[in-house]
Amino acid sequence: MDAIEITVNGKAHSVEVSPDTPLLWVLRDTLGLTGTKFGCGIAMCGSCTVHVDGEARRSCTTRISAVAGRSVTTIEGLSRDGSHPAQVAWIEEQVPQCGYCQAGMIMTTAALLAKNSSPTDADIDEALSGHICRCGTYQRIRAAIHEAASKHSSAAAPKTAAQGETR
Amino acid sequence: MSATTKNVGQFSRREFLKTGAAGGAALVIGFHLGLPSPASAGEATARKFAPNAYIEIEPNGDIHLWIARSEMGQGPRTSLAMILADELDADWAHVKVEQADLDAKFGDQTTGGSFSIRSSWDPLRQAGATARAMLVTAAANTWNVPASECVTRNSAVRHPKTKQKLGYGELAARAAALPVPKDVPPKKPAEYRLLGTKKKRVDGEHIVIGEAHYGIDTKLPGMLYASVARPPVFGARVKSFDASRATAAPGVRKVVEVPVVEMPPLFGEERKENSGHQHYLWGGIAVVADSTWQAMSGRRAVTVEWENGAGAEESTEKQRATCAELVKGHGKEIRKIGDPETVFASATRKIEAEYELPFLAHTPMEPMNCTAWVRDGKCEVWAPVQNPGGMATALTKALGLPASAVTIHITLLGGGFGRRLNIDYGVEAALISQAAGAPVKVQWTREDDVRHDYYRPMSHHRLRAGVDGTGKVTAWMHHIAAPTTDGVYVGGDLPDSGGTELAGVGLPNGTVPNYLVEQSFLHTVVPRGYWRSVDISWNHFAVQSFIDEVAAATGKDPLELRRQLIATKQAAVGEGGDEKPVNLERLRRVMDLAAGKSDWGKPLPAGESGARRGRGIAALYNWGTYIAYVAEVSVGKDGGVRVDRVTCALDCGQVVNPDMVAAQMEGGIVFGLTAALYGEITFEGGATQQSNFNNYPMLKIDAMPHVEVHIVPSHELPGGCGEPPVPSIAPAVANAIFAATGKRLRRLPFQTQELAQG
Repeated sequence: MDAIEITVNGKAHSVEVSPDTPLLWVLRDTLGLTGTKFGCGIAMCGSCTVHVDGEARRSCTTRISAVAGRSVTTIEGLSRDGSHPAQVAWIEEQVPQCGYCQAGMIMTTAALLAKNSSPTDADIDEALSGHICRCGTYQRIRAAIHEAASKHSSAAAPKTAAQGETR
Repeated sequence: MSATTKNVGQFSRREFLKTGAAGGAALVIGFHLGLPSPASAGEATARKFAPNAYIEIEPNGDIHLWIARSEMGQGPRTSLAMILADELDADWAHVKVEQADLDAKFGDQTTGGSFSIRSSWDPLRQAGATARAMLVTAAANTWNVPASECVTRNSAVRHPKTKQKLGYGELAARAAALPVPKDVPPKKPAEYRLLGTKKKRVDGEHIVIGEAHYGIDTKLPGMLYASVARPPVFGARVKSFDASRATAAPGVRKVVEVPVVEMPPLFGEERKENSGHQHYLWGGIAVVADSTWQAMSGRRAVTVEWENGAGAEESTEKQRATCAELVKGHGKEIRKIGDPETVFASATRKIEAEYELPFLAHTPMEPMNCTAWVRDGKCEVWAPVQNPGGMATALTKALGLPASAVTIHITLLGGGFGRRLNIDYGVEAALISQAAGAPVKVQWTREDDVRHDYYRPMSHHRLRAGVDGTGKVTAWMHHIAAPTTDGVYVGGDLPDSGGTELAGVGLPNGTVPNYLVEQSFLHTVVPRGYWRSVDISWNHFAVQSFIDEVAAATGKDPLELRRQLIATKQAAVGEGGDEKPVNLERLRRVMDLAAGKSDWGKPLPAGESGARRGRGIAALYNWGTYIAYVAEVSVGKDGGVRVDRVTCALDCGQVVNPDMVAAQMEGGIVFGLTAALYGEITFEGGATQQSNFNNYPMLKIDAMPHVEVHIVPSHELPGGCGEPPVPSIAPAVANAIFAATGKRLRRLPFQTQELAQG
């Protein structure tokens, strides 16, 4: 196995794994970044969502070889202290129940807000409709995204934490 | 593997704990790897105040509150801590909430039956009140003042007259020296400071930064990873296997056969002789490797030949045909009042209908997993589990170890919904660790989860009602045909062991003079288990739909018919098997509240694109809680059903945390609606035909109705909130669909093609 170079949360890594290994398992098992969750393995639930070069992507179906040399941001890299507007809003609205799906929800939300600072309900439906929350927190997720958007757009420098962390 | 980066996760977790949680909260969930205590532990123990299993106050003022239930989103780490902290008058911002391991000192630690708050209410208030009384005595003794003149607040005792104050930490050693008083009265509702307030969840900050520790996140030194090929057909056994390709694959350490193991009843009861109890871990082939992906890849490389048993005959088609036949005849009489058959036969108006519900899977978001380490005659597991006691019992039997040799660490659960009352995945992990001679984390795939669940059983229902010339319901009969759900938990698979099947028949039980519930069993080897709201989910759909049918047939408003039934109460009614008294006035009140808040009886605005719109009501009592829903739906020309809005009114007695109650209502509605719209597990040739979220879909954000929750203020005993929100949504929506279209859908999931126009 050749080493594959990736950048995760702004830090360069060289990992020796089979090239067909999903990014998800490299993050979790090799790098110990367990905030990204395994939910279905077929990109049907969104629990494993991370950013690859700022775009939301399902890590369970992304081979590590496909992200060689690219920059990955996980929930651990979104902010060090839970200060990303989505994370703040998630607490404000008390979104999580079991919480297992929420890292993926937050990562997709962060990617959405980076492109669209004031998403409509339809925009939210489109961005998040690939995600499953079995606890059924959807109403609060919607409220939190609107809440985050209002903070996000009022922030002085509306950059995504992903960009901030991986630069 | 890169050696330079392996500690990233551990580092960030330490860093996180050091710097404190996001947003400045000081609540920390302790996670215990079972490491030995530091050498100074003995000294600290002598000076700390630990008057009971739940509370520890250290000399430095740290207050630890131990939570002996499993957190799976329903909130016990917050709500149970609030009960303790309120009685203790602890400073909420600085208490440390700790997850308990399985330990006999906590009694039963099963988390299920919407029972965590109900069963903890008295013991935790007593624990808090007793500790507070001892701290007050310690302070009063110190100051030489009467204890009655002392007050407590924010983790300190004060004596207002002399303006003295001592913190709980300063009093810990002195309080620890006092005898533990008995029967200290807990607070009166007017004295509550935390109870009834919207405190934020103690673990929310961990979750949103990815630092919450679920079972799947367990990592031990030297830990290996395993994936298991399990029987594709119910009851099949390994006949032979070829692991040569797998063992040659990179990272694969070992391929081991998991033996077939007979499992004990999971709620600790002894297996009843001749009970027909049959519960096995069916075994399989485990591939043990250096990483999860290597284990999964290795597993795909194993070829297994299976030997089928009787389970290969199971099919949904046959099960449906059997149940449909069963409900036409007579079953075992479970509850009978008066002479229902005769009165029905002579009724002015006879109404009859049959309903049908499928098997369902639980599919919590965190797929089953367990980490086990069996060594030196001991077994230690790290498990996302609702039933750690049952897991311990099963582990001792499977491994032949004494109970004292089994340690269970309860992690955070990525959902449970009843699936994790079953502990097959824990026994399996221990057997694999034993065979591998190493700590092993066994990771199920989603396909494993969907195909190897303990399913919510299917059921068929035949309902008959007789109405007299004045429009009064004089006879009501309900025949349920279904497999027993209780078998794996209490032992036994015979009709006599039926219990939970009868719960939730609810209204009109006790309000109709001639009443009959009878039951027939579908015998099947398909594994069944408790699924959020258990069998009430099926009975309630049939009964609440049928009340609506009776209303329609007699030209009555569905709410008004329910009011009339309650007004004619003539027999004591209780909840299901436990016969806890039910107050139908509380049920009427929540129905009226939901009706009022939803503009029941007023015209609905027109639907978009010509959609037909309607409202439906359903109401439930159980788990000590009363809930009514009014659902508003739009039915499109193509028959597509959209639930626009759900108005929920509930009376769950004393509320611990109203925001978490509302969250349970919102989530329970999604859970029940997912089942009503999409949920169906089917079998062919003894194999489950669904495998993942592509063919067992879940409701998503774009189909989320607007949910409003209205809570009736009450100081009655707390009721449950985890399961009560599930059952009523399906019948409320079915009734709304009828109101919108005039078509009655009697089968779940809704066969919406029947609603298409033109």
